[in-house]
Amino acid sequence: MTKRKTWLYAIPYGLWLALFVIAPVALIIYQSFFDLSHHLTISNYTTYFQSATYLKMTLNSVWVAFLITLFTILISYPTAYFLHHLKHRQFWLLLVILPTWINILLKAYAFIGIFSQAGLANQFLTFIGIGPQQILFTTASFIFVATYIQIPFMILPIFNALDDLNPAFINASKDLGASGWQTFHHIIFPLTLPGVKAGIQAVFIPSLSLFMLTRLIGGNKVITLGTAIEEHFLTTMNWGMGSTIGVILIVAMIIVMTLTGDQQSKGGTPR
Amino acid sequence: MKRLVSLVVALLAICGLLAYTSHQLERTSGSTGAKVLNLYNWGDYIDPSLITKFQKETGYHVNVETFDSNEAMYTKINQGGTHYDLAVPSEYMVAKMKRAHLLKPLDKRRLTGWQNFDSQFLNQSFDRGNRYSMPYFWGTLGIVYNDKFVKASQVQHWQDLWSPQFRDKIMLIDSARDIMGMSLVTLNKSMNTTNPATLLAAERKLNQLAPNVKAIVADEIKMYMTQNEAPLAVDWSGEAAEMLANNPHLHYVVPSEGSNLWIDNLVIPKTAQHTDAIYAFLNFMSRPENAAQNAEYIGYATPNRQAKALLPKAIRNDRQFYPTQTTIKHLQVYQDLSPAKVALYNDRYLEFKMHH
Repeated sequence: MTKRKTWLYAIPYGLWLALFVIAPVALIIYQSFFDLSHHLTISNYTTYFQSATYLKMTLNSVWVAFLITLFTILISYPTAYFLHHLKHRQFWLLLVILPTWINILLKAYAFIGIFSQAGLANQFLTFIGIGPQQILFTTASFIFVATYIQIPFMILPIFNALDDLNPAFINASKDLGASGWQTFHHIIFPLTLPGVKAGIQAVFIPSLSLFMLTRLIGGNKVITLGTAIEEHFLTTMNWGMGSTIGVILIVAMIIVMTLTGDQQSKGGTPR
Repeated sequence: MKRLVSLVVALLAICGLLAYTSHQLERTSGSTGAKVLNLYNWGDYIDPSLITKFQKETGYHVNVETFDSNEAMYTKINQGGTHYDLAVPSEYMVAKMKRAHLLKPLDKRRLTGWQNFDSQFLNQSFDRGNRYSMPYFWGTLGIVYNDKFVKASQVQHWQDLWSPQFRDKIMLIDSARDIMGMSLVTLNKSMNTTNPATLLAAERKLNQLAPNVKAIVADEIKMYMTQNEAPLAVDWSGEAAEMLANNPHLHYVVPSEGSNLWIDNLVIPKTAQHTDAIYAFLNFMSRPENAAQNAEYIGYATPNRQAKALLPKAIRNDRQFYPTQTTIKHLQVYQDLSPAKVALYNDRYLEFKMHH
């Protein structure tokens, strides 16, 4: 009876997995082997790996995503740590999550207003005597806005990891005479590392595939893997090539998952 | 839990109420029934007072639905389930819809205003003999400049954009065919070439333009140019007309050595149901006084010769939007290329974009 029930509970998950994970990935891989005239071919892959432009774009895209992730961690870890020590921390955390309820396009347009020639940022620069600068349509502004958008997704897992941390460990460390830095370095950080890893997973891959921002904020001067896929699906209508880049993105995702995967579970379980 | 349930109930009640009201509104405004015309148009692409006039004159009720790109319109009509009587695709999209058997031929015997049209805009390669399409508006691709930063004499030709003085100053419209086309004109080649070597040369030429390119964007160009964000842009005349209306410092130039001539057209999708209303509308819109009124309102160039004659002199002789005959002679209409050939353009263009 109970066994049968558990099996029933698995149906939604099974359907989800089959319809929204396995089927799309299979379709993308299938599509990537067709050229524009629907002939079976591996030419999409050869084009990709033989084109200096595609490889450079990929490298550039990975580098930009890396920078976004790095800046996100540098801002999010201290923030999460600080929030964790506040009295009404759930409330303060809510304020951090609040902006994610606003559509990304609206936020992008808000930044256009701030970064434009006559925008707030340039008014400030003029005020302090530097004079207006070109802020919009630069890699820096793209990374800035992308970092802003990704921060909540990094803060949340780190905050949860800090929350799960048993305070007894910290007390023990202090009782045994460790300094504040030593406690952080040897106890807190290693124990919250899974939170950071989860954050990286939630930030790095989406950063590789950001596309609207590349046009609105980056002025198409930053082309990510996501932009290239969008371009191939919507304008060039070359679904094969778009899928090929999609496959590359999936491979990148697997690599990141493996690198940030939980190694503790392998050796840590008692026999 | 109780609160959650009441929240859900409240949401459902609001949805139901809204659905009921909109249904009632639609019924009272008479959008369902036989005496209607369903027009599928670009946003703000017809003078609303003409629709009122048409309704009063003929008794047909016009429902306008809008789209924002040829591709979106194509997808919606192609997937079926729509009942549009008229749509307004650009020339290349007419060819594509024709190929996909999405259009009904025009019955020329029922058209009363055909002789009003300027033959320059008829019988183009996208629809020989205009079997499926009636021209609605036409326009060009050109350079928009801001006279606060740039003198007119500095930007009369495409090649001028390559000048080192315009470093990081130009906004390009994100459109493969147009930007590649511009590059091809500077190389003295046809905007319809399919020669891979020529297209590669055009891409190389664009790569040299890269330092001058501030951004490659879409509709936002209008906003940026109006706000003096950039001194120069490459965009379509229709977009330019809107920018010029909002910023007196902006001007539009069609380089005399050549550019694109685009034509938006009225077509009848396969799913059309109200034949009488369709022809009543087509005839209404091709009447000179109506076409002229529409052109004055929208600011685009009318292909209707009689209507153009009715326009105020200041509009009719505006070389920005009605270029000289010599310039018009150098304009090229995009031919409908096969998907493989279009891919050549797209690939080269994407490579240029990634080149930055």
